[in-house]
Amino acid sequence: MPTDLAALSLNPVSDFRQLTEYAFMVQALEAGTIVAVLGAAFGWFMVLRGQTFAGHTLSVVAFPGAAGAALAGLPLALGYFGSCGLAALVLALATANRRDAEAGNSATIGVVQAFGLGLGFLFVNLYGGQLANLESLLFGTFLGITAGQVQTLLWVALVSLAILVAIGRPLLFASVDPEVARAGGVPVRALAVVFLVLLGLAVAATAQITGALLVFTLLVMPAATAQQLTARPGPGLAISVACGLVVVWVGLTIAYFSPYPLGFWATSVAFGLYLAARLLVAARRPRARAQLAAAVS
Amino acid sequence: MTALELRGAAASRAGAPVWSGLDLRVAEGEFVAVLGPNGAGKSTLLDVILGLLPLGAGELSVLGGPPAAARARIGYLPQRRSFDAGARVRGVDLVRLGLDGARWGVPLPPALSGSAREVRQRVEELIGLVGAGAYAERPIGELSGGEQQRLLIAQALVRRPRLLLLDEPLDSLDLSNQGAVAALVQRICRQQGVTVLLVAHDVNPILPYLDRVVYFAAGHGLAGTPREVIDGPTLSALYGVPIEVLETSDGRLVVVGTPEPPGHHHPCGDHAH
Repeated sequence: MPTDLAALSLNPVSDFRQLTEYAFMVQALEAGTIVAVLGAAFGWFMVLRGQTFAGHTLSVVAFPGAAGAALAGLPLALGYFGSCGLAALVLALATANRRDAEAGNSATIGVVQAFGLGLGFLFVNLYGGQLANLESLLFGTFLGITAGQVQTLLWVALVSLAILVAIGRPLLFASVDPEVARAGGVPVRALAVVFLVLLGLAVAATAQITGALLVFTLLVMPAATAQQLTARPGPGLAISVACGLVVVWVGLTIAYFSPYPLGFWATSVAFGLYLAARLLVAARRPRARAQLAAAVS
Repeated sequence: MTALELRGAAASRAGAPVWSGLDLRVAEGEFVAVLGPNGAGKSTLLDVILGLLPLGAGELSVLGGPPAAARARIGYLPQRRSFDAGARVRGVDLVRLGLDGARWGVPLPPALSGSAREVRQRVEELIGLVGAGAYAERPIGELSGGEQQRLLIAQALVRRPRLLLLDEPLDSLDLSNQGAVAALVQRICRQQGVTVLLVAHDVNPILPYLDRVVYFAAGHGLAGTPREVIDGPTLSALYGVPIEVLETSDGRLVVVGTPEPPGHHHPCGDHAH
């Protein structure tokens, strides 16, 4: 373990040198940066669209995908992207034909989620109880990320983010005001399918670092923090991405120098940011009210 | 010029007739109310005008042509409940999306782009027109029903439509806000020369502002000026229950009776938007 060698000196230069001394750590930082941006951007739209439950299901489905790939001797990345992409497509087609998004959809999504978890359990069992990296499939790891994996993540992120930029404005319109968007010529259903599939890829990418169960560290927590602070789309996305980067960089640094796992540190940083944002908003509110009262009287 | 004309029009949904025998002619710049009980086909009329539902019979001309050709010149405010309290989008963003939300890509900041400055100017103009300047920057979920409705009317107007379709914009409002929003719509109608079709449940709060009314009930549609259509015998025959129309001392009409007889909810009526 690197923790045997590394010790935080609080000198930023030597700490940074220690942090980047090993290739595995550089690759962890690169991969973490990529999924932080990807997860924060797609997470912001997911939270805005109220599709957190669908996102959760996609992340749970990452587990059987990875376990299945391990069982079949295939690359884990293939399992992640394959299972999440496929599940996203199934969810999109199963829920796209409903006019009201909420009524039956959460039940349909729940069905997919339960079945996904069951499959994952089966694959782990078939593996003969010897699936050593079960814990990292569920809770993530920053060890053993290969340069090839970083390349794959980078390409997936670049393509998904390019598509997100291309559909950004109509997707925002369709997310906040679907009826008027449809009447104005926005292909609301097609956008919903495209978004969910891209969200599946973002979840699959994120799950490779955070594990299937802690995907929300990068998918929901930065976005929720940003939504607390602003309702403006541009600054909201920027804050979300910034929070994601802070979570990954600070989380990885602490995890490197401490004996406790990345999953704990990253969620702790993300939770701290969210809490700080809520406190900030709560602190601002009474002042705004007092100002308003003073202005009226 | 005629903004809207229907002759012998009939509409059906999924094979079941909704209404038939509708003759309606609306001149440009008129303020028209579409009235009738739930399920009588008020929203169906809007779908027909939007070109989303073809007529079963009869003829239709919208802004001088078929509905598909008029689509870009129609502003539409669908029927809806208000935004829920958690809606994290500002009123000003919603108005802006009404202008350029269907365009691909992402908007540039106004400092970099002349067209973005024009967009912002147009959005500010509309927010001023509906008097929403004080709260347009706040998340829409935090606003009252009347405030939301003003911003949504601004959104529907932002592309300078010639015809404005408002589906139950007064539904979630209290009585004083109903009158205020109806007065706002009439002012816009007069100032901007926009033809307005407003779907409503209750005629009384809006009656003073109307040029023309369309009534739907029991599978029939009836159109005319308020004086032609709103009298006791006509409405009683249309609804099949006794309805009285009274005139106040200052000449206003008041409809009294059972505007929504329980037996007349059409089984396949206007869908919830």
